[in-house]
Amino acid sequence: QNDGYRTLSLSGNVGFGSLPDQLVKKSIKQGFCFNILCIGETGSGKSTLINSLFNTDFDDPVSTHFLPSVRLRAQTYELQESNVLLKLTIVNTVGFGDQLNKEDSYQPIVDYIDAQFEAYLQEELKIKRSLFSYHDTRIHVCLYFISPTGHSLKTLDLLTMKSLDSKVNIIPIIGKADSISKTELQKFKNKIMSELVSNGVQIYQFPTDDETVSNSNTIMNGHLPFAVVGSTEEVKIGNKMVRARQYPWGIVQVENENHCDFVKLREMLICTNMEDLREQTHARHYELYRRCRLEEMGFRDIGPENKPVSLQEAYEAKRHEFYLELQRKEEEMRQQFVQRVKEKEAILKEAEQQMQTKFEHRMLMHQEVKLKLEKKKKVLEDEIAMFIEKKANAELVQSQASVSTPVVSLKRDKDRK
Amino acid sequence: PHAGPVESKNEAAMSELVPEPRQKPVVPMKPVGINANLLGYIGIDTIIEQMRKKTMKTGFDFNIMVVGQSGLGKSTLVNTLFKSQVSRKSSGWNREEKIPKTVEIKAIGHVIEEGGVKMKLTVIDTPGFGDQINNENCWEPIEKYINEQYEKFLKEEVNIARKKRIPDTRVHCCLYFISPTGHSLRPLDLEFMKHLSKVVNIIPVIAKADTMTLEEKTEFKQRVRKELEVNGIEFYPQKEFDEDLEDKTENDKIRQESMPFAVVGSDKEYQVNGKRVLGRKTPWGIIEVENLTHCEFALLRDFVIRTHLQDLKEVTHNIHYETYRAKRLNDNGGLPPMTVETEENHESNL
Repeated sequence: QNDGYRTLSLSGNVGFGSLPDQLVKKSIKQGFCFNILCIGETGSGKSTLINSLFNTDFDDPVSTHFLPSVRLRAQTYELQESNVLLKLTIVNTVGFGDQLNKEDSYQPIVDYIDAQFEAYLQEELKIKRSLFSYHDTRIHVCLYFISPTGHSLKTLDLLTMKSLDSKVNIIPIIGKADSISKTELQKFKNKIMSELVSNGVQIYQFPTDDETVSNSNTIMNGHLPFAVVGSTEEVKIGNKMVRARQYPWGIVQVENENHCDFVKLREMLICTNMEDLREQTHARHYELYRRCRLEEMGFRDIGPENKPVSLQEAYEAKRHEFYLELQRKEEEMRQQFVQRVKEKEAILKEAEQQMQTKFEHRMLMHQEVKLKLEKKKKVLEDEIAMFIEKKANAELVQSQASVSTPVVSLKRDKDRK
Repeated sequence: PHAGPVESKNEAAMSELVPEPRQKPVVPMKPVGINANLLGYIGIDTIIEQMRKKTMKTGFDFNIMVVGQSGLGKSTLVNTLFKSQVSRKSSGWNREEKIPKTVEIKAIGHVIEEGGVKMKLTVIDTPGFGDQINNENCWEPIEKYINEQYEKFLKEEVNIARKKRIPDTRVHCCLYFISPTGHSLRPLDLEFMKHLSKVVNIIPVIAKADTMTLEEKTEFKQRVRKELEVNGIEFYPQKEFDEDLEDKTENDKIRQESMPFAVVGSDKEYQVNGKRVLGRKTPWGIIEVENLTHCEFALLRDFVIRTHLQDLKEVTHNIHYETYRAKRLNDNGGLPPMTVETEENHESNL
């Protein structure tokens, strides 16, 4: 651990024993983030449990069973206790397990978790970045609510947990545990744990490397999955008001460790391991995501001859690749453009041709009609000529007949004229 | 505090009840909710304890560099600061040894422990600084060394398979030793600090302050402060990084009154008034190193170690390192883009 450094002993008080305090002071100033994801079927008691855990009413509206797909709903709250400011984000799955076809039930959840990792990765890769003021939205713990059937895990449970176990810390919980009797409960727990093991699902293990908490953590690991009961109502027991659920046959007290594991869950989740959950998310799950993502993009730490690739080379290579890609795209676009121009030209030419033919056709028609009309005109003119001739003849006949009476005919001539 | 139900303690079945890993507060704090109304104690504030435990387990790195001409008492001061032989005193150059042509960089690391806190302390010495006839550009090897540490860290950070804890060799603090001439800063001092204050936290100290009287000390300090200001040299704690009013008032006082600290170092102990103290024995009296009326060593120690150690590291990481990284990535054409298909400009990724 000392990497070959000599250990020196101090001859007096130096003062760096206050270093953890300095660190803590800074962290308090910055505040803390904690993000919980609750997965469970509608009505499995998620919201009630969260309300009970944080002793408050988070005002989460009840959802229906008839949603067409699984959605995630995230809400952020600011909680303060003494001088600690906590930005708590609770993400709920809405509509989980309600659809007839549940094939795609877990995909939106996986996508959501990945999206938070992606956002962090993007920030980390920026040139000008501000990680220390970044609001961390990565999911630190996933509370998976198992239905208290008393038998075993559902296929959906196994599928979902398997798809999430390398991305998030999973703590399995049996919700609404007051419907199971104590003997059934232990059998149920054992069945669940053995099913998880046999299916290779990796759930979160409370850390056992620190002596002060390893004892309690080991014991707690043995109590998984926690069978919890939540309640937002209070009942008077003795002379105190406690959270409880009142039945005709008795009162289930949420904080009674005999009745359910609520206290254990709260202890483990908040008081003992909150920091470890955050650290595991960052050091393990996020690193895995980052590694896969960077490899996806073609980054390598080791070059083709098994020699470590220097930063410079990697960037140059990538940049060169990108540049080539850009050029290729540009060429492609240019080709496409040329192609389109050709096509358009062809279309226009054809149209022009068509127009031309039409025009010629029209001209022809015009000629024909013109000829016809001229013929008609000729015919009519002939008729007019004939008519005038006839008229002249008729007048001649008239004037010859009216010679005998000159006075009267003169007058008639005048009238006629 | 949450109500452990009375019944449970009486039942033998609850013998498996786990011992409380945390201390319950003596007086339960009435939590003030901002968005949500909190009734009763939850235990969110235990995260402080959890964090403290974790950091104590992992330990801390601290890298301090000392710069100044030979004979100004650099090694002695560092040894006094850390109450152990972290730095080997050079016995000066005798005629047979050649003065090195350039500044050497010597980094020596030790592990020290106090109060359960393990610290890997590295002292970086710069023998030869300012000792040549021609000292032009003698800060360059130092600047190079500092940038090399940033480069090392950056290389580790961009690896695909990263170490869980990237070894931190970056210089968190640079003590610059000013010769107690009593007049003003030398051109070398100004040049060095001008260049280096942009890449590392510089804390100027007036060395061998036992050669000045109180009045001379005050005047000298004032003159030095003025000269630094006139030359635009921002020493640590830099004004622009004060986070809030509390920091500003605290740091203003240090910047405008205490700094540069006039210090005396010693690794010898003498008996004064029945107590053993670190000091320097002279014919005219014993100069007590940790006596605030004699010199400001205690102020320097408290400042660097007891109050601002973590801040020195954070400013190095969040500001100096980030500046280096941004410049490096920009010069190098930036990181390749996340998605090759879209040419929308992530100004960051191109």
